Amino acid sequence: MQIGIPLEVTPGENRVAATPKTVRQLIALGYDVVVQEGAGSRAAFDDAGYAEAGASVADVNAAWHSDVVLAVNPPTDDQIAALRVGATLITFLAPRQDAELTAKLSAQGVTALSMDMVPRTSRAQALDALSAMANISGYRAVVEAAHAFGRFFTGQVTAAGKVPPAKVLVAGTGVAGLAAIGAANAMGAIVRATDVRPETAEQVESMGATFLHVRSEDQGVSSDGYAKEVGADYADRARQLYAEQAADVDIIITTAAIPGRPSPKLITADMVASMHNGSVIVDLAAQGGGNCELTKPGESWVTDNGVTIIGWTDLASRLPGQSSQLYGTNLVNALTLMTPAKDGQLVLDFDDDVVRTMTTVRNGEITFPPPPIEVSAAAPAVVVRAAPAPPPKPKKPGPWWLPVVWVGLAGMALIALLTISPSNFVTLFGIFVLAGVVGYYVVWNVTYALHTPLMSVTNAISGIIIVGAMTQLADENPVVKGISFVAIVLAAINVFGGFTVTHRMLTMFRKG
Amino acid sequence: MLSNFINATYIVSGLMFILALAGLSKHETAKRGNAFGILGMVLAIVATNFAIAYKDYANHELQPVSAVLLYAALAIGAAIGIWRARKVEMTGMPELIALLHSFVGAAAVMVGFNAYLQRPDSTGFQQIEVFLGVFIGAVTFTGSLVAWGKLNGKLASKALALPGRNWLNLGAVIVLGLLGWWFVASHSLLPLLLATILSLVLGIHLVASIGGADMPVVISMLNSYSGWAAAFTGFTLGLSILVITGALVGASGAILSFIMCRAMNRSFISVILGGFGESMVQGPVLEGEHREASTADVAQLLDEARKVIIVPGYGMAVAQAQHLVAELTTSLQARGTDVRFAIHPVAGRLPGHMNVLLAEARVPYDIVEEMDDINGDFATTDVVLVIGANDTVNPAAMEEGSPISGMPVLHVWEAETVVVFKRSMNAGYAGVQNPLFFNENTLMCFGDAKASAQAIVSQLPQLEGARR
Repeated sequence: MQIGIPLEVTPGENRVAATPKTVRQLIALGYDVVVQEGAGSRAAFDDAGYAEAGASVADVNAAWHSDVVLAVNPPTDDQIAALRVGATLITFLAPRQDAELTAKLSAQGVTALSMDMVPRTSRAQALDALSAMANISGYRAVVEAAHAFGRFFTGQVTAAGKVPPAKVLVAGTGVAGLAAIGAANAMGAIVRATDVRPETAEQVESMGATFLHVRSEDQGVSSDGYAKEVGADYADRARQLYAEQAADVDIIITTAAIPGRPSPKLITADMVASMHNGSVIVDLAAQGGGNCELTKPGESWVTDNGVTIIGWTDLASRLPGQSSQLYGTNLVNALTLMTPAKDGQLVLDFDDDVVRTMTTVRNGEITFPPPPIEVSAAAPAVVVRAAPAPPPKPKKPGPWWLPVVWVGLAGMALIALLTISPSNFVTLFGIFVLAGVVGYYVVWNVTYALHTPLMSVTNAISGIIIVGAMTQLADENPVVKGISFVAIVLAAINVFGGFTVTHRMLTMFRKG
Repeated sequence: MLSNFINATYIVSGLMFILALAGLSKHETAKRGNAFGILGMVLAIVATNFAIAYKDYANHELQPVSAVLLYAALAIGAAIGIWRARKVEMTGMPELIALLHSFVGAAAVMVGFNAYLQRPDSTGFQQIEVFLGVFIGAVTFTGSLVAWGKLNGKLASKALALPGRNWLNLGAVIVLGLLGWWFVASHSLLPLLLATILSLVLGIHLVASIGGADMPVVISMLNSYSGWAAAFTGFTLGLSILVITGALVGASGAILSFIMCRAMNRSFISVILGGFGESMVQGPVLEGEHREASTADVAQLLDEARKVIIVPGYGMAVAQAQHLVAELTTSLQARGTDVRFAIHPVAGRLPGHMNVLLAEARVPYDIVEEMDDINGDFATTDVVLVIGANDTVNPAAMEEGSPISGMPVLHVWEAETVVVFKRSMNAGYAGVQNPLFFNENTLMCFGDAKASAQAIVSQLPQLEGARR
């Protein structure tokens, strides 16, 4: 089958659905690849590179007439009309928001798979373009903020005075938020972050930021792993937190987007008014209206009190080389899943829940919405697997003196027994008891990892029985002599073998 | 003078042995500890030899024959011992240890018989000492031989379940008591011989009725017994060094048995009286779908992971996969991945078996962690590779009503993804189905562990990290 890679026509779009590298991978899956002239030019991939990778470079019609079309943006009406009946289109289609587009694709009689419908299961991670793009957006958001911010991110002490570090607040700690935390932290800023899902605190801290908790009982984890809208009571307390932080920090990066819904308003106009002159807000949720009340989607503007509010909706497209490569790889992984025989034949297996969920139209028949699936992103919260066993009924402790009585009685019995024993035995028994106690304490200190050497060394030293056999060797009775000879041989095997193998093992252990 | 010299030497030897065990508390001091042990042994043997020779010399009755025999015996024993110790594979360590235990047992029996033959008419108290020494030595001897046979596959590792086996053991102990009484009363050889034979049979039966995966407990128990055998021999002969050493070894083996039992959440008695047999409640049969992954998928997964924990089990030893696992570790580390190992105390057939195997494969010991230290870290781990382990990673142990309930296990299921390398979907030693295999975040990679590791190592470098 032939795969077409068209030039993206959406204004401001710099990405392309395949790079020379992913073209090679597509060809390895058995497909022929046609790339529209100049498709990768804005992402710095020239036609020659594609041709070298094995693709044929053709005009716009050839690309859209392919059996499978890979794209980045939703198709225009003209582009839909250019699709052949029975062709397959894989791109971002936003079926939840844009039912009309789904209907048009259905009318054209094509098959459509939406990359924003990839479920958040472990298996589908390699296809998860939303996460890949969010990662890039988070990084770019910090770069944009640094560009607009008139100061250093990192603190310094210079001959010309002390420079305080910038304080960055990241609201929403999904993939984009974490990427932003990482980038801001790497530039030396003091980073704080908050999210409606307190369980992300650990990830936030692992990225080097401080997690700000909103005290609350109801916590938003949805079964699809994305944040959901939260109750009003919670929102009040969160608002308070944001109000305090807005007056303190220099840069706010908001990433709280809810798929298919308007973005929650986290930063009010009052909060913006309380910020320092020169502060920056980057709103990654601008597409859905923005997390800040003053965000203008697609624009960057400066308020009266000097706060720059950046509402770009094309942050991923602003790093086109990187985003094309990652998105292209997501598409290759999707096609790998749908090309089981690696023979260039696309197979839509509706028993595979990843494929099923992504498919919005199959041969003109609308298959959206897909049946819900339980996914692993939320599994730890949903399935309480490690339910602690109910603690066993505590045994009623006996009176404190009871063990003393028992030990006392045992002690007296021992004294009685030893009193009637031969004196030689009593001396040896004393040594025996003391050695046992010493052995007990010494062996508890042995590290688990050295238990095998412990066994072999105790093996070797229990060969000390050789001493007993040696004292018997001088006996005149040939039977005794013979037996002790054999006993010495056996014990010597133990002694020499045990120490040798212990040494061999111990020399193997090495520190990394 | 002479007796003071010999006793002083024995005290110093005993101290050396204590220092030997103390040295094993840390990797850094372990080699020093072994050297202390050797020093103590050399002192004891040389001093004993000197004392005997000096006494003979003073009495003008030098015994060149005995001397030649002694050195010949030492030379033969040394040659065999060193040869075996150099040749043994690290996967074969459990067998070697079991075999060495049996030698101590056999030597104890022989020394006991000699003690009787030298002084058939000694006091009743000494007779009891001889009798007990021979009994425990004989049990150690045959028990260790059976353990050795089970470990190297010469005997079936399944637990032997004779009808009324506990009654058989009890009966044997009672008969032994009666024989002991007869022996003390009559001072004749016959009851001692009968008792020896019965003890040998008891040793066989005791270990034969314990299954393969309980071997860590059995080996530790026999280790302990070999110590007690040496200690009893010491009482018989009035040799303090044997008593000291025997007590040390006995305590060491007992503690190891205790640790192993605790790691399986079973009482020592229940392990000794037979493995998980038919009498145990079977766990519910689990039905569910598992996901399979090819080695290429696993390589891809590892390529993207930043934190990986490898959980080895006996299966790794069986497949001899430790070198390839080490190679995999090295290549992951070269890519900047954080790789660590999690060892369950009863993984393998010997306490600390996995550590030795990994050390052999040159895995640094500071990335090999024990269960309690690493259990909290699974939640932040991207990929866990379970290689040949089953019961030790079974989440059913966390719930009531399973035969392994309450057994401490490695919480691998908390990780983002778990890859289980296994030959088939069969249940583990305990006969309990493992719900881990049906988890959403578990991938099954079927096949020989060695071949799988090999395939992953070879596929890994071709991928280019998509991260950073």
